[in-house]
Amino acid sequence: MRKKGVLWAASRHALIGAVVALGAGLSAVHAVAAPKTDVSIGMAIEPAGLDPTAAAPVAIGQVTWQNIFEGLTTIDRNGEVQPQLAESWEISEDGKTYTFKLRPDVTFHNGVAFDSAVAKFAIDRARGSDSVNPQKRYFASIEAVETPDPSTLVLKLRQPAGSLLYWLGWPSSVMVEPQSADDNKTTPVGTGPFKFVNWAKGASVQLERNPDYWNEEGAAMLEAATFRFINDPQAQAAALQAGDVDAFPEFGAPELMSSFENHETLETVIGNTELKVVAGMNNARTPFSDKRVRQALMMAVDRSMIVDGAWSGFGTPIGSHYTPNDRGYQDMTGVYPYDPEKAKALLAEAGYPDGFSFTIKAPQMAYAQRTSQILQALFAQVGVTMEIETTEFPAKWVADVLKASDYDMTIVAHAEPMDIDIYARDPYYFNYKNPAFNNVLQRIEATSDPAEQEALYGEAQKILAEDVPALFLFVMPKLGVWNKKLNGLWENEPIPSNVLSEVHWEE
Amino acid sequence: MNARIFRRPVLLIGAVITLALLAVALMSLIWTPLPPSQMNIVQRLKPPLDAGLLGTDQFGRDIASMLMVGAWNSLSISFAAVAIGAFAGTVVGTTAAMWRGLFELCVMRLCDIVFAVPPILSAMVLGAFIGAGRFTVVIAIGVFMVPVFARLTLAAARQIWARDYVTAAVGIGRSKSKITLFHILPNIANQIIVQVAIQLGLAILTEAGLSFLGLGLSPPAPSWGRMLADSQTFFGQAPWLAILPGLAIALAVLGLNMLGDGLRDMLDPRNNT
Repeated sequence: MRKKGVLWAASRHALIGAVVALGAGLSAVHAVAAPKTDVSIGMAIEPAGLDPTAAAPVAIGQVTWQNIFEGLTTIDRNGEVQPQLAESWEISEDGKTYTFKLRPDVTFHNGVAFDSAVAKFAIDRARGSDSVNPQKRYFASIEAVETPDPSTLVLKLRQPAGSLLYWLGWPSSVMVEPQSADDNKTTPVGTGPFKFVNWAKGASVQLERNPDYWNEEGAAMLEAATFRFINDPQAQAAALQAGDVDAFPEFGAPELMSSFENHETLETVIGNTELKVVAGMNNARTPFSDKRVRQALMMAVDRSMIVDGAWSGFGTPIGSHYTPNDRGYQDMTGVYPYDPEKAKALLAEAGYPDGFSFTIKAPQMAYAQRTSQILQALFAQVGVTMEIETTEFPAKWVADVLKASDYDMTIVAHAEPMDIDIYARDPYYFNYKNPAFNNVLQRIEATSDPAEQEALYGEAQKILAEDVPALFLFVMPKLGVWNKKLNGLWENEPIPSNVLSEVHWEE
Repeated sequence: MNARIFRRPVLLIGAVITLALLAVALMSLIWTPLPPSQMNIVQRLKPPLDAGLLGTDQFGRDIASMLMVGAWNSLSISFAAVAIGAFAGTVVGTTAAMWRGLFELCVMRLCDIVFAVPPILSAMVLGAFIGAGRFTVVIAIGVFMVPVFARLTLAAARQIWARDYVTAAVGIGRSKSKITLFHILPNIANQIIVQVAIQLGLAILTEAGLSFLGLGLSPPAPSWGRMLADSQTFFGQAPWLAILPGLAIALAVLGLNMLGDGLRDMLDPRNNT
């Protein structure tokens, strides 16, 4: 670094010397100082494919959503639903018919025009029987898709779905067209402000400005953007320091944040996320099938100790699968607070006076590894022995835990907003089955009254806090580190994303 | 004579370092300042002497205690691995020297193959089959040591086989295995001992490397290599987290190498004339 600076200073002096000598160098200096027109964004995890409608890992959406792909609706930086490819909509009295007016003059990057037939294709593809859409269940309420004319799309629902417009804004609901849909995994084609250029596997994804973008106001302010994938936090910090990446919106090591304070070119921006760190338990396996065991383990956990020890104090303890920025949030950390004595007593009551042994499948990410080690120490206090088995994320974790449910306990940060309904899914890796909980979620969808929904979300949180299908630990903040001159990145993360259209350089 | 006196301190220093480490490692079995896996988050990242003798790590665990138990883990794994390697290698090497012919050829080519696979890789493969842990590490390092000892003992034993008294023993009808046991082994023992000391240093380094990559002992068992790996991102705030286990590894390897060098010089018959 220092050496680079010296060299640069020397060359600048030489340049100034030349300028004085020739008397015509000002323009040259200006050329050097002109704002950059591209940006390099760092991400910790490389997505396995680039089609957000085909697989769950959030890294896919973090590259493509709102950059390459767009939806009928979108979610803005405040978490609010906004119109996008649908410019307006009407909802029938009974809440079962949604009529969307689609935007004219929208084309995909390959020149195909966007109209109601394409939208019908995209929605049918997502809800079809052979769909692999990660949020397929959100489309389950749709009974029929009708296209009375090219600019009108009608969704007929089986029952009211109060959050439909919100879900349609998600990365998994983006619009794709028939010709390119199958190849989106490797060469994504969307309607967004950026076009896909190249994916150097293991290294980076390159995007360039879409000159034919339909929305002049929302058009990309940069000419090009690159996502670079750097797993190791130490290497992330080095890349930022060296200027190899301009921004790391989700920096991987909280303990390194202080090293960027008072930095010459970098700033740290701490925002909200939906990243809920939860230690899921296999509710179908003994002893976790016994509610008392799960409750006892929850009481063995000192959440603030985890936040301090695993994430350098950056984070907020949670008592349910819900974050303080979600609507209708209620603090549930008091339902089963840290109490090792009570935990031991409850374990004894459940038939484990001498504790038991099990294995946690922990991904390699620092938060998961460190939290596991602290959990191990906390469980040891109540006589429970936990082995830590490092399980590579995403591939092996998805195969072993998410798909096969072959685990005792695991730990992962759930990134999707308002995803409390994952506990109602069947199958889902927790194997948690509670009709009362499912019923509350159904009632949320049945109403469109926000106040009633919020009250019901409160009920859902309470059920989870009492049933403890997973150990609810903490919400991670968004630890953003980026160049001071870079503007337009989202400070908060109401949905996992790296929206680049407004990103630009300011001198 | 002069050269020998000059080199004696090497042996002395090597022996002192090794014995001191061994003593610390053995002591950890009965006493450590604090339980090595006891966390105290309030006391996290304290520098040496602020909390405990050598400070605390990111979970507030006592580094001195972790280093002590780490010494035991590191030394016990290395000793076990080298014991396996030395025993199996010596058996293979001396047998090859005894039988010669096709067996010798096969053994040597097999050694080449094992040599070609780095221990890190064999540990990963083994870990995938039988799961990570102490046993995996011992086997992975031990297997890697076999060809080292096989080659050494084969070359040394062939020299002894060519001696007149061995020819005489063959002449009076002693069995080949008895000759190996009573004439060959005692004469190559020095070389094996020297090699054991040198390989121990290497084994400690390999064990630390495996632990660094997360292929070694699983937590909470303290290990120097994993302490180093965990310390990386804390280097700015708490450099002792990296320096202390690094020093421990360096010291252990240095001590064992000096011991090996010193032993070789002392036991070399050419220096005794």
